[in-house]
Amino acid sequence: MLKLYNTELSSRVLLGTAQYPSPAILMDAIKASGTEIVTVSLRREMAGGKSGDKFWSLIRSLGTHVLPNTAGCHTVKEAVLTAQMARDVFATDWIKLEVIGNHDTLQPDVFALVEAARILSDDGFKVFPYTTDDLIVAGRLLEAGCEVLMPWCAPIGSALGPLNMHALRSLRGNFPDVPMIIDAGLGRPSHAATVMELGFDAILLNTAVAKAGDPVAMAGAFAKAVDAGHEAFHAGMLEPRDVAVPSTPVIGRAVFT
Amino acid sequence: MKLLVNGEPHDVSAQSLDALLAELEFEGEWLATALNGELVRSPERQNCRLDEGDRVEILTPRQGG
Repeated sequence: MLKLYNTELSSRVLLGTAQYPSPAILMDAIKASGTEIVTVSLRREMAGGKSGDKFWSLIRSLGTHVLPNTAGCHTVKEAVLTAQMARDVFATDWIKLEVIGNHDTLQPDVFALVEAARILSDDGFKVFPYTTDDLIVAGRLLEAGCEVLMPWCAPIGSALGPLNMHALRSLRGNFPDVPMIIDAGLGRPSHAATVMELGFDAILLNTAVAKAGDPVAMAGAFAKAVDAGHEAFHAGMLEPRDVAVPSTPVIGRAVFT
Repeated sequence: MKLLVNGEPHDVSAQSLDALLAELEFEGEWLATALNGELVRSPERQNCRLDEGDRVEILTPRQGG
């Protein structure tokens, strides 16, 4: 059972709600993924508009947990204010904290991230920080009050999959008891299985599902891969070796010459 | 009174944030508001006075990753 800030969850998939072809496909993809946590954002409302209400009614009808994000924020002040506004609207103290440091790579500004994480944790938020795979930053985030980490495995939306296996192994090995969710960069189910086989606790997906040819089928495929990787991690995998080892017993084989 | 609402200039007669939402027909139930970079919670809007040149942000739930 996955436990995030004292909330127990059966599913190890978190799903973003952006970029789907239609609201109906979004809803079906959420169901197919089996997720119990969906991410949402806050954006400017148009005068007289009610688009926010329509979207929020759909999401609330699912009965899942909601993880608001601070996507698009580039400073501590922006991220903290967005988190406060999210708590006011969504009535949750969970926040996916993003403080972007580079427009092209969407790489987190880890210095601002740690500062914002400390401010928000002190203010009672349960912070889910979108961070890099840097071990030292991870330690600083934990010191700042985070009890969950969300390292990337590649840039957001890149679909490159895990780029630095050494860094990911190092993170997992150094903080074996901290729930860690791979957020960003996953492109296909095999990527998800790979990071789950490393012992990560969950994954957060959006683009890989939303932009797939069939988002609903892809959501289901990712869910299976995540379960497979998680079970494999606990089942004890063979270490690779350079020489062949016969699987069929050698003793008792017939000799025909 | 001239204000900046979601980055757009508006000339309004509203004196409070609550009245501003009504005047500009922000009818959604699920709104988050900020005045000059500070959160204004829903129950505080009625007593939140506006001044010339104030910057108001009105946000609502949207899709996100």
